[in-house]
Amino acid sequence: MTNSIREIPLTESFLVIGSNTTENHPVIGSMIKNEVINKGKKLVVVDPRKIELAKHADVFLQIKPGTNVAILNGFAHVLIKENLYDKEFVKERCEGFDEMAKTLEKYTPEHVAKICGLDDPSKIVEAARIFAASKPMALYYCMGITQFKSGVNGVKCCANLQMLLGNLGIPGGGVNPLRGQNNVQGACDMGALNAVYPAYQPVANEENQKKFKEAWKTPLELSIKPGLTIVESLNAAIAGDVKALYVFGENPVMSDPNQHHVIEALEHAEFVVVQDIVLTETAALADVVLPGRAFIEKEGTASNTERRVQPMHKVVEPLKGTQDDWWIIMQIANRMGASWDYTCAKDIFEEVRKVTPSYAGITYERLEKELIQWPCPNEQHPGTQYLHKEKFNRGLGLMSAIEFTPPAEDVDPEYPMILTTGRILQHFHTGTMTRNSRILDEIAPEGFVELHSNDASNYNVSDGEVVSISTRRGSVRMKARVTDKPKPNVVFMPFHFVEAAANKLTIDALDPTCKIPEYKVCACKIEKVNA
Amino acid sequence: MNKIQLTIDGVEVTGTQGQTILEIARDNGFDIPTLCYHPSISKTGACRLCIVRVNGNMIKASCTEPAAEGAKIITEDAEIAGLRKGILEMLLAEGDHNCLYCEENGNCELQALCYRYGAENPAADFPKNKRQIDVTSSKGLRRNENRCVLCGRCVKACAEIQVQNVWQFDGRGSHACLTSDMFEKLGDSSCVQCGQCVQICPTGALSFQTVLGRGPEWELKKESSICIYCGVGCKIDFYTNKQGQLVKAIGNPDGPNKGHLCVKGRFGFDFVQGDKRITSPLIKRNGKFEEASWDEALDYVSKRFSEIKQASGPDSIMAFSSAKCTNEENYLMQKFMRAVVGTNNVDHCARL
Ligand code: SF4
Ligand code: SF4
Ligand code: SF4
Repeated sequence: MTNSIREIPLTESFLVIGSNTTENHPVIGSMIKNEVINKGKKLVVVDPRKIELAKHADVFLQIKPGTNVAILNGFAHVLIKENLYDKEFVKERCEGFDEMAKTLEKYTPEHVAKICGLDDPSKIVEAARIFAASKPMALYYCMGITQFKSGVNGVKCCANLQMLLGNLGIPGGGVNPLRGQNNVQGACDMGALNAVYPAYQPVANEENQKKFKEAWKTPLELSIKPGLTIVESLNAAIAGDVKALYVFGENPVMSDPNQHHVIEALEHAEFVVVQDIVLTETAALADVVLPGRAFIEKEGTASNTERRVQPMHKVVEPLKGTQDDWWIIMQIANRMGASWDYTCAKDIFEEVRKVTPSYAGITYERLEKELIQWPCPNEQHPGTQYLHKEKFNRGLGLMSAIEFTPPAEDVDPEYPMILTTGRILQHFHTGTMTRNSRILDEIAPEGFVELHSNDASNYNVSDGEVVSISTRRGSVRMKARVTDKPKPNVVFMPFHFVEAAANKLTIDALDPTCKIPEYKVCACKIEKVNA
Repeated sequence: MNKIQLTIDGVEVTGTQGQTILEIARDNGFDIPTLCYHPSISKTGACRLCIVRVNGNMIKASCTEPAAEGAKIITEDAEIAGLRKGILEMLLAEGDHNCLYCEENGNCELQALCYRYGAENPAADFPKNKRQIDVTSSKGLRRNENRCVLCGRCVKACAEIQVQNVWQFDGRGSHACLTSDMFEKLGDSSCVQCGQCVQICPTGALSFQTVLGRGPEWELKKESSICIYCGVGCKIDFYTNKQGQLVKAIGNPDGPNKGHLCVKGRFGFDFVQGDKRITSPLIKRNGKFEEASWDEALDYVSKRFSEIKQASGPDSIMAFSSAKCTNEENYLMQKFMRAVVGTNNVDHCARL
């Protein structure tokens, strides 16, 4: 997030796009509801499903999955056409406006409504006017923006909109991605990414290579070639180029798109090590399984969606037979020639501070008594509540001309419906943790597919009946839940349930820049299963 | 902001214009008892326990009374203590407050206040209100309205923090009670089991299913951590009992969540102490996992990684790091791949 959770009360209007906030980030969802319901702030929701927030929205735009770029361009078009944008901000702080404006010309409300499958183009105008009238507007998004082949473009359009409105670098505004897991932010900050060292320092830069070689005192030449992403590495494993996989705290069999393909990759690899707390579907396919520790059995830090670094403490005694995860990695490293001598998580954090400029000023001691958000360059620095205050990292904010491109897989007579996936309130990701927590499993014990009542009657399916959902990649059976939540012709499935694994069905088409898979949309068909 | 000066129990204190007497008193360490007041919700001013003497003669509810410049406040004298005791005895009389079999024994603000003011058990023939007991319909919450003091905290917590508006007051006078969406059973309501109303309830009227049989409150130990589930990063105080079992999760007011949690943070911790955990390294031999010692497993893993690196180069090894693990662990994983294996093949599921 460019901005902070505690700024939510300062926001006058919200745009929530591609985020089912009340189920996936419920505490933030409640804070937004409080502003809207109890304090009369404005809310615009853009989503293929009639999610809970949609019920409280001033404008709800139920778009076809995969058409975010079009709707965001539509808002920008209206702001420019009606002269409602922040001319001073655009002039002083941004560049690329003219080119962007040219591209936006054709994104008239009528054109956009057609792409997005909306009946009433005037609602796009109404939404844009709300943003202009009720500032600051804060934009919140989640995987509903990024999990598309056009994901990076969606993010750029979010930035375009907020630059046009002058909503960046001010409290209560911002472009605010909601991170789906507790430490996605931190894992990225720490360089657990194929192309960057900690603090996003590119590996393909020789200076960085030199800097890290010195910091890490390694005899080895550090590679200057960016590595593989997860989905690419699975392809490489099938092709025989990747031979060993070290899977730490992940369950790709359940979480990655195209499950069949993942299993094939794991079977192809010569050697697979899984380090986890339970025998996940992925661990079952491993050659070696190393039992690590659960979050409340260890010390360390995590960085939340607003860049706030927080201490985690050992709440319970670790289970006998398990080891600290950092210790396990260190033991393997030392057996392969390293001579690391960390004695606790804090030793590692002290090293992190030295090589990660944005974390340099953060110490374990400070975290016990202060709220610190990175960047925090030195120990006197209070941390950064919101980004881009006086200028953007690159100087001027770059407005980009982005064209809408349709998702990889369109519907056809054989697969006439659109499948989209996501999470539900009670469960998390692949269910390894929540489905092994009694109360959560009792509240939501089984998977389902959400079907609009029109579609249900077309296929002669009633609530609770078993249907099969098939895509070009596979087929699963589960109970139908007939509601008015999804858009007609769109079905929704949560991906937590191994018995009805949504990722048997999803497609692994990737965004060309950031390689995110297109989970949120693919073509499918429904058949009633006669018991 | 304008500063104001006032005297509390003879001590000069400073506050900000617009603050209530209670807020300034608490900021300065004075202990005024309250029941309906809670800092995370709007003010009710109904229970009257927070009464104080203002400028010698007036008695005011300190939770709603704005502090005035130069005011002289007495937080307690004989008359006020007597009034408080009377209020508490009325509350005791109305319900069924038997700490002996209450799961919130030791974690009850009503109980603590009764001790403090020496409130007595009501006369046995006092007519009791019989109200809703519903300890099974909700998977996560228990409700025994005979222990309810109608303070309204739950109503406000659900309306202002979770913003679900499940709880409503119903009936009048001695028939006043709470309903959940007008349903008799909480399990039939629109409650999403965030547990905020339980966390904020001052009595045993609302409690968590997880605390049953897990030892008394005064034996519990508390330590904070961060929720594992989503990027909000809610700060949670976890309570464990003498046997080291997890008992409950309470939202910490200093976190980004300001004390709030969702159902996952509230109830999603059983897996840590569940029976699915692996407790020994496993090596697959002839298609079957066999338990191995740590040394054996670590030797084997490093030998295989080294062999593969030797034979096919560092880029033939790939690591998946984890967005569910700490910064320190993620840092070490990428350092291992880059500085020891010699490849940039490290990624995690940020994209997934
Ligand atoms: S249930 Fe608890 S919080 Fe709600 S009114 Fe009764 S005592 Fe107060
Ligand atoms: S648990 Fe949460 S949603 Fe349910 S009644 Fe209490 S505050 Fe409301
Ligand atoms: S308690 Fe709920 S909202 Fe808070 S971090 Fe956990 S999952 Fe997210």
